[in-house]
Amino acid sequence: MTDNLDNTIPTPSCGGDDPGQIKDHFDLFHTDTYQNLFEYKRQFEGAHSPEKVAEIAEWTKSWDYREKNFAREALTVNPAKACQPLGALFVAAGFEDTLPYSHGSQGCVAYFRTHLTRNYKEPFQAVSSSMTEDAAVFGGLNNLKQGLENAHALYKPKMIALCTTCMAEVIGDDLGAFITTAKNEGHIPEELPVPYAHTPSFVGSHITGYDNMLKGILKTLTKDEKAETTNGKFNFNLGFDPYIGNIRELKRILGLFGIDYTILSDNSDAFDSPNTGEFKMYNGLTTLADTADSINAEGTVFFQKYTTPKTQEYIANEWGQKTYNFRPFGIKGTDEFLMALSAISGRPIPLELQQERGRAVDALTDSQAWIHGKKIALYGDPDHVLGLVQFLLEMGAEPTHIVVTNSNDEFEAEARELLANSPYGQGATVWGGKDLWHLRSLLFTEPVDLLIGNSYGKYLWRDTGTPLVRIGYPIFDRHHMHRYATLGYQGAINQFNWIVNTILDELDRQTIVPAKTDISFDLIR
Amino acid sequence: MTTVEDRKALIDEVLEAYPDKAKKLRAKHISVQEAEKTDCGVKSNKKSVPGVMTTRGCAYAGAKGVVWGPVKDMIHLSHGPVGCGYYSWSGRRNYYIGTTGVDSFGTMQFTSDFQERDIVFGGDKKLDKLIDELEILFPLSKGTTIESECPVGLIGDDIEAVARKKAKEYGKPVVPVRCEGFRGVSQSLGHHIANDTVRDWVLPKADEYRKLPEGYEPGPYDVNIIGDYNIGGDAWPSRLLLEAIGLRVICQFSGDGTFNEVVMTPLAKLNLIHCYRSMNYICRFMEEKYGIGWLEYNFFGPTQIAKSLRKIAAQFDETIQEKAEQVIAKYQPRMDAIVAKYRPRLEGKKVMLMVGGLRPRHVVPAFTDLGMEVIGTGYEFGHGDDYKRTTEYIDEGTVIYDDVSGYEFEELAKNLKPDLIASGIKEKYVFQKMALPFRQMHSWDYSGPYHGYDGFEVFARDMDMAINNPTWSLISPPWQISQD
Repeated sequence: MTDNLDNTIPTPSCGGDDPGQIKDHFDLFHTDTYQNLFEYKRQFEGAHSPEKVAEIAEWTKSWDYREKNFAREALTVNPAKACQPLGALFVAAGFEDTLPYSHGSQGCVAYFRTHLTRNYKEPFQAVSSSMTEDAAVFGGLNNLKQGLENAHALYKPKMIALCTTCMAEVIGDDLGAFITTAKNEGHIPEELPVPYAHTPSFVGSHITGYDNMLKGILKTLTKDEKAETTNGKFNFNLGFDPYIGNIRELKRILGLFGIDYTILSDNSDAFDSPNTGEFKMYNGLTTLADTADSINAEGTVFFQKYTTPKTQEYIANEWGQKTYNFRPFGIKGTDEFLMALSAISGRPIPLELQQERGRAVDALTDSQAWIHGKKIALYGDPDHVLGLVQFLLEMGAEPTHIVVTNSNDEFEAEARELLANSPYGQGATVWGGKDLWHLRSLLFTEPVDLLIGNSYGKYLWRDTGTPLVRIGYPIFDRHHMHRYATLGYQGAINQFNWIVNTILDELDRQTIVPAKTDISFDLIR
Repeated sequence: MTTVEDRKALIDEVLEAYPDKAKKLRAKHISVQEAEKTDCGVKSNKKSVPGVMTTRGCAYAGAKGVVWGPVKDMIHLSHGPVGCGYYSWSGRRNYYIGTTGVDSFGTMQFTSDFQERDIVFGGDKKLDKLIDELEILFPLSKGTTIESECPVGLIGDDIEAVARKKAKEYGKPVVPVRCEGFRGVSQSLGHHIANDTVRDWVLPKADEYRKLPEGYEPGPYDVNIIGDYNIGGDAWPSRLLLEAIGLRVICQFSGDGTFNEVVMTPLAKLNLIHCYRSMNYICRFMEEKYGIGWLEYNFFGPTQIAKSLRKIAAQFDETIQEKAEQVIAKYQPRMDAIVAKYRPRLEGKKVMLMVGGLRPRHVVPAFTDLGMEVIGTGYEFGHGDDYKRTTEYIDEGTVIYDDVSGYEFEELAKNLKPDLIASGIKEKYVFQKMALPFRQMHSWDYSGPYHGYDGFEVFARDMDMAINNPTWSLISPPWQISQD
């Protein structure tokens, strides 16, 4: 048995009496004191031998492991998807004085608030019915009545956007009837809009919840608002897009065209409000009046087709309104979008945007050599991935492994068509329904040059050494990414910048060892 | 008016915003500490009021996120739909040493990703098959815990039967944890449920599962660290001190802990418990069943560390007591230097706390060591015994709030005007928008460790940088200041 370090009394971490030298977790645990402690602790751990661990670690990189990994049917490991209510609360936050409300047990809302807050480093306010065992037996009506009354009294919202959790769905709570009862009994005012959506976690993913809640809000607010003539505006919806910079960029572009618009769920301030020394509870920018009037628009433009199928169907069928789908990412995607804006507004593409295009193409041309032929793995939501794939193809990069956990057949067909039409897409494989543990196998058996995805990709980066560009949701471990635009020509430059400079950073890392690899440690690249 | 009366009036004012029923309920949970009181005078561990912004989590969060999750060499399956596992994935910074995905699994998310058909037909078959797949892909795992999510309990799945069957099949523990989120009123019940699964599913078979280190002989100084989750590495400086005074820590349950350590726990002479709230249950059980005593300790700030080391040493012989004195003496100059540096910058600053577990009371003396004053504190999910224990740490006039709602917390802070708020991520940016310095006390704001002497240095630095952050002075633009 290992000796207990002879019970030597450890020296304080910094040794001396200079209180300016404080070691925190980054340094402290790498000191001999702690390394010895870890070594000593091992004897009690009952761990496998280092040889065995190394052997299995090697095996997880093999084709054999990959086959076993892809054979699984019941287990999901590290999925790239969240659940419905997250998307529902996210979209609700974009509307004026709207309180997102989750009907079910309270733990869920704590998770949603935490998750969104960690991504944006902004407050995210939402309440819950706090249902417990008694509600599981008797239903959640009482919780909802009290919950609506309390939420309304405390937070004075103009609208409460209500979604469900698994629990409420499994016990079969009837939200529509419950809301009516709550109003009839005077818990909340009759005129308070309370749109709702059924959003169980066991159906779809966060993008499904986004769709359901958006439809619920539009349906509630536009009731009896249909006018004889259109209001001349266009509605725009970005889908579950974590980049609030995109909303601001879109508004700038529309302003340059002089197009009158309504953004359906403008949560740019909700997730990026100014610090004025006062806390403001609500920062959703889409007014309820504009939302009510959205039924009278000329048409509604969507950027995320696979996030919003039900809303689009509803708008087309119930409003009789034309819907459009654009993906204004990269150059071609933006070109198509701007030409459409030009067509609908009857105005030429503003000079400022034409110049931006020229600058973006210039930037791409300057740097393309570093990305040409690079094999890239990427993962994320369907529309997000399609936008990226299209952009990568037009830069001459080769999308190789495309993992979409919340995939569907239509998306996969579109992705395959997009890839088939480009010489750079020929080696690509689309992995619908797969997770990041599948991707780990792919990165070992068929390595690529670069990985693009959210913060969870850092584990893949560590295990496989594939450099990671963080684009997507959530991004917890890098700050302020959500403030940038990824759409339009400016967005193209931003994304291109992140991608190319990650490749250059990696080159520097690979050429950094003096007298060994630093032959190509170039100053100019 | 006295401070106590003043603050009582403030509480009444804050509660005015509620409808009558909710006001009546909430009034029982907020109070002011009075000299003669021994329990802080608040009700606790009751249902949250619906529709208010509670910060509480659920039983699943308590079981998976806190008690079982940090046991590093087991797979902790989020059984049910995808969400719960996703949101609790890597959220708590429970540091560990291990090869993730091979012999350690702490920062991975395993889920059965229930679909509608699983709700309709039940998920037991899927669970059975899933454990086979775990065995194929992660052969070095030391076992599995099944953390059940809301739907599992509601549809009546028999996860216990599956667990028994699979444990037998593989000769490895499979522990069903009935921690559906609707159970109980907060994450607290999840801690209790998880402790009970250790009692019922693990310890009875400990002899069979345990691997004794070569040459292991039970010693008089064998202890367990219980209820330290190693957030930012907290358990390690704690372990360092316990070993330095001559004790042998044979188990960390659960931060950086292993399954073998869990089944070693009955071999110790004493359980040293840090987070009383989450793990007192298993300590009580071990006392009853194995006659192992337990002792709470507080390793926040040099005053409490010294006090705790002496209290722990007093359970043993003079050798240990002498060593304890030597350790305290060795660290004292360094602690003096830290306090000398930071105290002048922090003296007299007022703090409001609201956290879970033990921190609403245990960190108070660390602030006091730096000359700071805690004027309000409360628990997300404390019980009556937590509030009783709190009176030892707080002064008369301290505002106490149980399961404080966002609204109450904000209104209290606006009136009490603290210099620092120490709470969680959901509260952080609310208060920072009010230009109030803030530190996260669940995750140490991604810093740490905060436990032990090494941790106090980091704590002192972090409080200084929060309060004396120069960007607070930038919030009001100069043109506004000149207009005022």
